[in-house]
Amino acid sequence: MKTKPFHKKLFEKIIEGILALSGSITSLAVLLIVIFLFKEGLGLFNRSPISEGFVLAVNKDNPISKIDAKLVKQIFDQEITNWETVGGKKDSIILFHLDDINSIYTEAQIGENLENLPNCISNVVDSIGGIVAFVPKSYIKSDFKGKVIEPVNITPKEFLLGKEWYPTAEPSAQMGVLPILLGTLWVSLGAILLSLPLGLAVAIYMAEIANARVRNTFKPIIELLAGIPSVIYGFFGLVVIVPFIQSIFNLPVGETALAGSIILAIMALPTIITIAEDSLRTTPRSMKEASLALGASRWQTIYRIVIPYSISGITAAAILGIGRAIGETMAVLMVTGNAAVIPSSFLEPVRTIPATIAAELGESPKDGLHYQALFILGSILFIMTLIINLTVEYISSRNKLGKR
Amino acid sequence: MAKIETIDANLFYGDFHALKNISMKMEENSVTALIGPSGCGKSTYLRLFNRMNDLIDNTKINGHILVDGEDIYRKKINIDELRIKVGMVFQKPNPFPKSIFENVAYGLRVNGEKNKSFIIDKVYESLRQAALWDEVSDKLYKSAFELSGGQQQRLCIARALAISPSIILMDEPASALDPLSTAKIEELIHELKKQYTIVIVTHNMQQASRVSDYTAFFYLGELIEYGQTVEIFTKPKLKHTENYITGRFG
Amino acid sequence: MISDNRKYIEKRKRRSEKIAFGIFRAMSLLVVGILFLILGFIVVKGISVISWDFITKMPEDGMTKGGIYPAIIGTFCLIGGSILFSFPIGVLSGIYINEYATNGKMVRFIRLMTNNLAGIPSIVFGLFGMSLFVNTLGFGDSIIAGSLTLGLMTLPVVIRTTEEALKSVDNSFRHGSYALGASKLQTIRRVTLPIAYPNIITGLILSIGRVSGETAPILFTVAAYFLPKLPHSIFDQVMALPYHLYVLATSGTNIEESRPMAYGTALVLIMIVLILNLLANALRRYFSKKVKMN
Repeated sequence: MKTKPFHKKLFEKIIEGILALSGSITSLAVLLIVIFLFKEGLGLFNRSPISEGFVLAVNKDNPISKIDAKLVKQIFDQEITNWETVGGKKDSIILFHLDDINSIYTEAQIGENLENLPNCISNVVDSIGGIVAFVPKSYIKSDFKGKVIEPVNITPKEFLLGKEWYPTAEPSAQMGVLPILLGTLWVSLGAILLSLPLGLAVAIYMAEIANARVRNTFKPIIELLAGIPSVIYGFFGLVVIVPFIQSIFNLPVGETALAGSIILAIMALPTIITIAEDSLRTTPRSMKEASLALGASRWQTIYRIVIPYSISGITAAAILGIGRAIGETMAVLMVTGNAAVIPSSFLEPVRTIPATIAAELGESPKDGLHYQALFILGSILFIMTLIINLTVEYISSRNKLGKR
Repeated sequence: MAKIETIDANLFYGDFHALKNISMKMEENSVTALIGPSGCGKSTYLRLFNRMNDLIDNTKINGHILVDGEDIYRKKINIDELRIKVGMVFQKPNPFPKSIFENVAYGLRVNGEKNKSFIIDKVYESLRQAALWDEVSDKLYKSAFELSGGQQQRLCIARALAISPSIILMDEPASALDPLSTAKIEELIHELKKQYTIVIVTHNMQQASRVSDYTAFFYLGELIEYGQTVEIFTKPKLKHTENYITGRFG
Repeated sequence: MISDNRKYIEKRKRRSEKIAFGIFRAMSLLVVGILFLILGFIVVKGISVISWDFITKMPEDGMTKGGIYPAIIGTFCLIGGSILFSFPIGVLSGIYINEYATNGKMVRFIRLMTNNLAGIPSIVFGLFGMSLFVNTLGFGDSIIAGSLTLGLMTLPVVIRTTEEALKSVDNSFRHGSYALGASKLQTIRRVTLPIAYPNIITGLILSIGRVSGETAPILFTVAAYFLPKLPHSIFDQVMALPYHLYVLATSGTNIEESRPMAYGTALVLIMIVLILNLLANALRRYFSKKVKMN
C-alpha cells in the first residue's frame, strides 16, 4: 500500500487545527465575558457620585471639604439641616439650586446670555455662610469666591454595603446594592425551599419507584418544562399567580418575593430533577439489593442507602437550582414588583440583580455612572454563578474519586 | 423435611425461559454448590430463595419454591420476613456507605430493633462469627470503604449474619477476591455450616469441591446433575457433567 | 425472631412505605399538573386570538390590534442567525473534545469552561453582547449582534450534545475503521459522525427551542419595542416574540386592551417550543427504531 500523499496529510493537519480552535472557543468566550464586563464596569470606582457636569460649592469659611454621597442625599432631602451634624460649624444648612438664582437676581442682572451667572453664583455662595450650592461646573470660574467641595468617590465597600439604590438621584447618585443582593438571595432561597423537596420527590419517584413506562412519559414532560421560555413563566406568573397571592393574603399588590419564588421554583424544577435523578441512579444495584436482602423495605432502602449514597449529587442539584434561580431575569422582572428595599418578608416586593439590569440598562446613558454600576452588578452576578459552577464541579470531581 | 425445596420451578424474563423445571431439595446445615457456565441460570436460581428476582421487571415465575416447607411465592407471604430468614452475600463486596458498625447493625435497624445493647451485642457477635472482629475491633466507626476487599466481603457476611438468618445464599462470594482472602472465606463457610444452611454459586470447580457437601450442575437453564459433591466430582453419572468439571468447556 | 412485635413492625414498615410512595407519586403528578396548567391556561386564553391575520399582520393601534407578524419573522431571523454561528463551531468543538483532545488536563479544562459558560445567566450574555457586539464592534442594535449573543449562549448546549452523541458511539466502530487503514478524519467523517448524527440533530433541535424563547440576551442587542416593518439587512433591528410578549404584558401603552394580544403571542411562542420538542422526540423514537431494525 502506498503512503498517503503529502497534501492529504496537510489537509488533515489543517482540519485538526480548525477543530482545536473551535475547542477553545468556550474558554475564549468566558475570558471575553470577564474582560468586557469589568472593562465597562470598573470605571465606577473612584468616580464622583455627583451628577456629571455638576459640583457642590460652599462658603469659603465652611471647614467641610469632603463629603460622602449618603450625606449629600440627606442634606438635600433636608434630613440633615445643620452643618454640625456632618462635622462642620454650628450653622444651619441652606440649599441652593440653580433655579433659585431667579429669586435673588433679576433677569437683567444675570444677563441676556447668562453672561453674569457665574458671578452671581459666586456672590451668593460668598454671602450666605451656611449655603451648599448644586450648580453646573461650567459656571464655576477661576475667580469663584466660594469653595468647591470634593465628594468622596464611590468605593467597592460602599457599593456592596450601601442600603440605598437611587442611581439617578441628584445631586448625588446612591449606589448601594445591598438591597438588590439580598433581594436576589431572598427570592432564590424561597425558590429552592419550594422546589428542592418537590424536585427531589419527583427524582426519587422516577429513579426508584415508577416503572419504565411511567418514567418514559415523565422524561419528555420534564424536558418540556425546561424548554418553556422564561418570559412565558413570567407572563403566567403575572396573570395567574400574582393576582392569586394578592387576593389570598389580602395585599395591596401581588407582585411579591413569594410570586418570584414560586415561579423560580417551577423553573428550577427540571434542573433539580434531572441532576438528582441521574445521581440517584448511580447507586449500585448490588447495594440496593443488599439492603433489600436484609429485609429492608424499598422505602427504607431509599432513605437509608440510596439518598446517603447520592447525597453529593443531590447537593449539586440543589446548588445548580439556586444558580438557575439567581440568574433568571424575565420571570422575576415580571412578578416581583422590583422595589429596591432590603427584604423582610416574602409578601413584599423585592428586586434582583438580573431584573435591575434588565429594567434599567435601557435608560442608562453609555459610560455614565448608572451604566457602569449595572455592569458591576452583572460582574457580581457572573462571579456568583461562577462560584456556584466551580462548587458543583468540585463536588462532582471529588465524588468521582470517592466512588471506585 | 428439606430446608429448601423446589418443585418444577420455572422462570421467564419476558420471553426468555431462564429456568426450566428445576426440582431439587437441600438439607439443613449443608453446603450446596451451584455450578455451571455463565448464563446457565445458577445465579437466577439462587435468587429465587429470597425473591430477589422480583426486582427485575417482566419476570414470571411458576412452580413451587418451599423454604421450611412454606411456599414462598404464595400471595400472602411477607417478603421482608422471608429475607430476614434468608441472608445473602453478593458477588462483589457491597458494603453500605456507612461505618463498619452501622453496616452490621443495618439489618437490625431496618427491622425495627431499637434496643441499643442488643444491637451492640449482635454486631460484635456477628463480626466474630465472620472472623473479622480482630481486624476491625479498633475501628468500628470508620467507614466500611476503608477495609480491603476481602475484609469488606467478610463484613457483608457479618451483615447478613446479624439478623440471624437460617439460610445464607452466596453468589460467587470470592470471585472478586485474591487467593488469600478466598481461603479465609472458604474457611468461614466451613464454620458457618454448623449453624446455617448455605447455598453457594461458584465458577470455581476447586472451590465447589472444597466447600460443599452437595453440588448441582446447571446448563442452559436446566438442572443437569445433582448429588453429593464427592460423587459429582469423582464419578459423575453424565458425560456432560464430566466434561464441564474437567474443564473441557465452560 | 429478632424482635418481639414483628407483626407490628412489619405493618409500620409497610405503612410508612405506602405513605412515602404516595407522597412522591402525588408530588410527581403535581409537577405534571403544573406543566399542563401553564400550557392549558395559555392555550385556552390564546386560542381565540390566533387567526391568519394575527400571524401575518403588523401590530396596530398601540399594539392592541392587528398581528405579530414582524415579531415572528424577527424570531426566525434570530434563530437562523444564531444557529449559523453556534452549530458549526459547537459541533466542531464537540468533535475536537471527544475525538482529538488527548491531554486529559486540557479536556477537563475545556469541559470546565463549557460548563461555566453554560451556567452564566442570560442577562450577563446580554450585557456582554451589548458591550462587545453593539458598542465595541459597532454593530448597533442589530440582528447580527443579537444572533451572535444568542449563538454564544447556546454554544455549550451544542457542544455537550455533540460530545454525548459521539461518546455513545462504541469504540469498536472506530477501531474497525482504523483496522481498515482509514485515517482519523476519515473515520470521523464516514463512521463516527453518521452513527452519532441522529442524537446530534435531536439535541440541536432542542437548542433551537431555547434560542426562540430567550429574552434577556436580546433586550439590549437587537429587540425593538415596536417596529412595524421587516428587516432589510443583518444590521437592522427586529421585534422578537419573547420580548414582544414582555412588552405587551408589562409596558404596552394599554396593558388591559393588549392582554388578548399577549395571550396570542404567548401561545405562538409556546407552539414553536412545543413543536420543536415533539419533533425532537419523534426523531429520537424514529432513529432508535431504525437502529433496532438494523
